[in-house]
Amino acid sequence: MREPPIARMLPDGRRVHLHDGPIDAIAEAFGPPEEVRKAYDAAARRFVTILDELCAELDLLRQDAVHTIPLLKGRVAQRMADGVEPFAAASFITPMAAVAGAVAEEILETMTSAATLARVYVNDGGDIAFDLTRGESFRVGLVERPEQPSLLGTAIIPESSPVRGIATSGWRGRSFSLGIADAVTILADRAVVADAAATIVANAVDLPGHPAIARVPAREIVPDSDLGQRLVTRNVGRLTEAEVAEALASGEAVANELIARGVVRAAALNLCGETRVVGRTFAAAIAAAGAKTVLLGGSLPNA
Amino acid sequence: MPDEILQPDDVIRCDACPVLCYIKDGRTGACDRYANRSGKLVRLDAHVILDRALEQGDRVVPFLDAHREWDGQIVAGPEHFVTAIGAGTTYPDYKPAPFIISSEVKGVDMVTVVTEGIFSYCGVKLKIDTDRFLGPEQKMVRVDGEAVGHVTTAEYGSQMLSLGGVHHLTGGSLREGRITCETLLALCNGQAVEMTIDSGATVVVQAGHPPIVNGVKEDRMRVGCGSATIGMFAMQWMGKIDEVVVVDDHITGVLSEHQAGKMLGIPPTGIKMKGRRSTPGRYFRVAEPGTNWGGTNISDPLSILHPFDPQTAKPGTRMLMVSTTGEHAAYYELDKNLSPVEFPMPAALQESVARIAENCEPAMCTVMFMGGAGGSLRAGVTENPVKLTRSVRDTLTRVTCGGAEVYVWPGGGITLMVDVTRLPANAFGYVPTPAIVAPIEFTMTKADYAALGGYMDHVRPLESIVSGGDQRHVAPKPENPWPLSRPAGHEERQ
Repeated sequence: MREPPIARMLPDGRRVHLHDGPIDAIAEAFGPPEEVRKAYDAAARRFVTILDELCAELDLLRQDAVHTIPLLKGRVAQRMADGVEPFAAASFITPMAAVAGAVAEEILETMTSAATLARVYVNDGGDIAFDLTRGESFRVGLVERPEQPSLLGTAIIPESSPVRGIATSGWRGRSFSLGIADAVTILADRAVVADAAATIVANAVDLPGHPAIARVPAREIVPDSDLGQRLVTRNVGRLTEAEVAEALASGEAVANELIARGVVRAAALNLCGETRVVGRTFAAAIAAAGAKTVLLGGSLPNA
Repeated sequence: MPDEILQPDDVIRCDACPVLCYIKDGRTGACDRYANRSGKLVRLDAHVILDRALEQGDRVVPFLDAHREWDGQIVAGPEHFVTAIGAGTTYPDYKPAPFIISSEVKGVDMVTVVTEGIFSYCGVKLKIDTDRFLGPEQKMVRVDGEAVGHVTTAEYGSQMLSLGGVHHLTGGSLREGRITCETLLALCNGQAVEMTIDSGATVVVQAGHPPIVNGVKEDRMRVGCGSATIGMFAMQWMGKIDEVVVVDDHITGVLSEHQAGKMLGIPPTGIKMKGRRSTPGRYFRVAEPGTNWGGTNISDPLSILHPFDPQTAKPGTRMLMVSTTGEHAAYYELDKNLSPVEFPMPAALQESVARIAENCEPAMCTVMFMGGAGGSLRAGVTENPVKLTRSVRDTLTRVTCGGAEVYVWPGGGITLMVDVTRLPANAFGYVPTPAIVAPIEFTMTKADYAALGGYMDHVRPLESIVSGGDQRHVAPKPENPWPLSRPAGHEERQ
């Protein structure tokens, strides 16, 4: 039985919850009440068909992006292609690596085109697309492990920062990882790029062949996984400090390269309680003694 | 090229959404909501949230229903109460409970601590609405031959059984413990259980359903025994009738001989009853037990009468025969040979028969879960457990089971009782210890929670729970007070 898509207001009366199959997105718009209402109405209408659109191309979306990018047709699917394109030449990646970011972006753009909003975000299971107008900012919480949210710190993203997408990936999450990072959080100009980059960097935080790491072919767990027979991480045993540092360093190297190429703006990598922050403004701010709040580019608006 | 999708025997395909996941046995699909459980697609044993929107029938906006547009409502959201059903528990006990949730109710910050309690000290009290003899007091109640409880003091119109408890759960053989645990779990989750009583009956008990005693379903409770019925209605029969026989398997009553009739000056009618006379106007065993008149085996009520005494009886004497439930009734007049002849019942008597029926309630089995929450699970609520006990005692903290109102016994500890039909479906579980897992929620103001040493840094807003995870939203039961409403007498406190 096909369950119908759901759009409903959360009990706080401010945020809208969109749910269909594996998609769970929460959106919140700020602005005059009638504009907010218009935005939610548009989001809800757009949302109805998204899962069906994606599923129409699901076979292609689950294949190596190198072969499939030119073939994708749907609006959300093309966003996914945009997200994975910067990585497709160098690594195996399927458009599915950007699916959450793409849904978030699509809903976000629907809302911003339908209404005049001060600021708005769409959070699709931790992959976030947002928009800001002049003088506005978002405060973003960073967590060490997505399944056990405890705030590691807070980032404030002002309108003057180019960042409009945030994504997190890790082996404990809902989708598989080839690496061992507990969480990699990426800030990028687009949510789709942040989403795919989080996957790539989390895959790179790794200790290949380490005996304490349990890996299983993806399809032994999920018969139709886009990762096929690739080994995905199922458990990470005890690692020495040096091993944690080594794994983080290989992830950092990849993150630094992405920042150098201008693909992403900043990254925070977490493994066994250790955190590495990459990206100049981000890193500088977090490194400031005791700083729990970091400012990403630009100046803090008057608040 | 994509790798071939292997589809061995233990894989099913989910059709809950167009992703159509292949799911292996014991695993979930991409949504984490649907799973393959031994080859069957199941919605996961979700965390149950009471959702007042469901009560009002406006769950969500049905988008695929072209006839209804989203109303864009953004002001009032549905009200939710997060129950402990499916919440899980923490181990060891000193860890904060799995969900400590804050919500705002009429401007007051409330906290609900939600956990699934593991109860070794627990059982069920059964109230079985029947006057049929189930078995002698103190006798063992058995399921599959194992002792799971005993017959306790009978109540008016009901037989009472006490099942479970720590002695049957953990004090006897392994099998006794297991069967006791299974029995309690089934009864608490609303399933029927057949039990036999030593030197007594076999009874099938199911919460909210009529009992089945020795294969016979009990429909209505009697208004009273035959004698009691005479006592209740004698005054209403005065002047309308000369004789009334209330046919009953236990004690059949005869108006003209009964103390009530004597007091009202009703003259003898010459009636001669079969059976054994107990005291005047009260007869045991006028017939064998059965499913007919008054729980006897008779279909012709005249079969319990001997011929009328010609010395006393007069032709034209009017007689009503009626069962203790009013289900059966007939009206007779004595002919010139003093034989009762059936006539249509006069309207005034029809009324009194209807009155008997009206006073009979449907026979039901009531299953009350009873357990002690005053032990270690309190440590998941506060670092100073006795403060929780006191707060419950002072009614600052409301205790609920799956959102259902409970009765907390006076005295020490937190010994509670709850009607299992007030909880959402399948609210109870078990652990192989064996022990019963029951949902329990403690709700109080945030200020009171802080005062009793609560885990304030583990308090999470309601929205963070309601917006994620595997959840089953169910409408609250109308008979339960809304768990987040302030207890009576506390409305004025802020």
